[in-house]
Amino acid sequence: MWYHKPVINEELLQSLPNLKIVANSGVGIDHLDLKLLSSYGVKLANTPFAVSTDTADMGMALMLASSRRLVEGYQMAVSPDTEYFPADWLGDELSGATLGIVGMGTIGYKVAERAKAFEMKILYHNRNQRNKEEESAVGAIYCKKIDDLLQQSDFVLLSVNLTPQTHKLIGKRELELMKPTATLINISRGLVVDQDALVEALQNKVIKAAALDVTYPEPLPRDHPLLKLKNVIITPHIGSATKKTRRLMMENMIESIQAGLTGLPIPNEVL
Amino acid sequence: MSKKVQAIYLWWHKPVIEQELLQSLPNLKVIANSGVGMDHLDLKLVASFGVKMANAPHAVSSSTADTGMALLLASARRLVEGYHIAISSGMEYCEADFLGVEVTGATLGIIGMGRIGYKIALRAKAFEMNILYHNRIRRKEQEEQAVGAAYCEKIDGLLQQADFVMVVVSPTPQTHKLIGKRELELMKPTATLINISRGAVIDQEALVTALQTGVTRAAALDVTYPEPLPRDHALLKLKNVIITPHLGIKTHKATYMITEEAVENILAALNGLPIPSEVLPS
Repeated sequence: MWYHKPVINEELLQSLPNLKIVANSGVGIDHLDLKLLSSYGVKLANTPFAVSTDTADMGMALMLASSRRLVEGYQMAVSPDTEYFPADWLGDELSGATLGIVGMGTIGYKVAERAKAFEMKILYHNRNQRNKEEESAVGAIYCKKIDDLLQQSDFVLLSVNLTPQTHKLIGKRELELMKPTATLINISRGLVVDQDALVEALQNKVIKAAALDVTYPEPLPRDHPLLKLKNVIITPHIGSATKKTRRLMMENMIESIQAGLTGLPIPNEVL
Repeated sequence: MSKKVQAIYLWWHKPVIEQELLQSLPNLKVIANSGVGMDHLDLKLVASFGVKMANAPHAVSSSTADTGMALLLASARRLVEGYHIAISSGMEYCEADFLGVEVTGATLGIIGMGRIGYKIALRAKAFEMNILYHNRIRRKEQEEQAVGAAYCEKIDGLLQQADFVMVVVSPTPQTHKLIGKRELELMKPTATLINISRGAVIDQEALVTALQTGVTRAAALDVTYPEPLPRDHALLKLKNVIITPHLGIKTHKATYMITEEAVENILAALNGLPIPSEVLPS
């Protein structure tokens, strides 16, 4: 499966009696009906680790670009109307700021490792608390309640799986708990955020800015308000889009497929 | 009025310090610069009037290092291009074809390992980057080990091995056009050049040619010569170039810290005390 195609539905599964395995590119499997697949005896594998460092890098890229107003700056630098660079045009610094990571899995943890080097203070919210060594290696403080994280963070980064529990995890209430000077960064799935609530929050300055590598749908309709807001950076789901990683993903998928076809234990099987 | 002026705080290179101005301010004791670069000042001229000078080296390092990393990441992952695709009114784009280059595990070559260069090394280490550096003087072993940086006595070795070349030197006559045709051709064709020092450190025409002919993959420039570039300059049109308007230290926090540093320097000068960040004409 590449980029969620082909669509795996009842019809397709019925027409492929000898299908043994579906290998998914990437880590997210929210677009697949796991129960349906297993009812046809079809195995499933994803590529959970290949994407982690690239996606963490993308999270950092978005956080830096947003805080330093990189896209706006670029537009000023190349605009035909620019005569000089104003001296009072300023962004916000990362060092000393507080990053709240929602979802401290493999990707979230790698973001923490990177952010620590920028002298950021790190809070995190996760289903389970990480162990002490892991926490102190990145100087991360656990927030059992997401509210505490939201209230204290200058940057809120979402790196959760999309599940029924994380659907619209960030809505009107959560946005209002955030500081009005805070930035929301999403590298998980569009559906983790209530997009309409986000638009309103950005328009009314309830939060300062957003940087989104993922939306719902992808791409957004061309007249969507998120595309027009000055304080929003959107990128076209390029979290894992590097040559090296794509190649690694393909290698992983082939390994899984070969194991699936020969009846051996499947690497990266999703149960 | 002009007899009362004892100190000048230079904000964004203004006012312009020339003979005329210095002659009109007989009681001027000190000029404090907002930032670390002093290349816009004629140090000898100022000293000849008995006026002391100071910069603000401590306040700038983190924010400038952050700018360097922001540009490195934005260029590697084609963030600006991606943004334009994501918001463009033109319809379908083929996601699958849009690829950038990896940052984690890549080799970063830092040219100029002063305060700012070292902070970049600290950040790059967290991205598991392999770090090479070239500097006038080699750093101490502990400092090298803390960031896992390997010294390249000759710049050529660094240029040949780096996936990302980050230029963080002081602007001096020696670093003028430090990166020219020869250096660009030594770099890998898949490499990215990032400049956060001064535009004049790079031979801009040679860079344009290198970018147009695939000699260099991409460039990200926070500084150019001049600033801003003429609106018809070739660099503004290249897809594989990100230019930012000298963001370096433009954050609320850095601005505040720079001003604090400048005030410290000014007060010291006015009170006849040693100036913390005095800059002497070399």
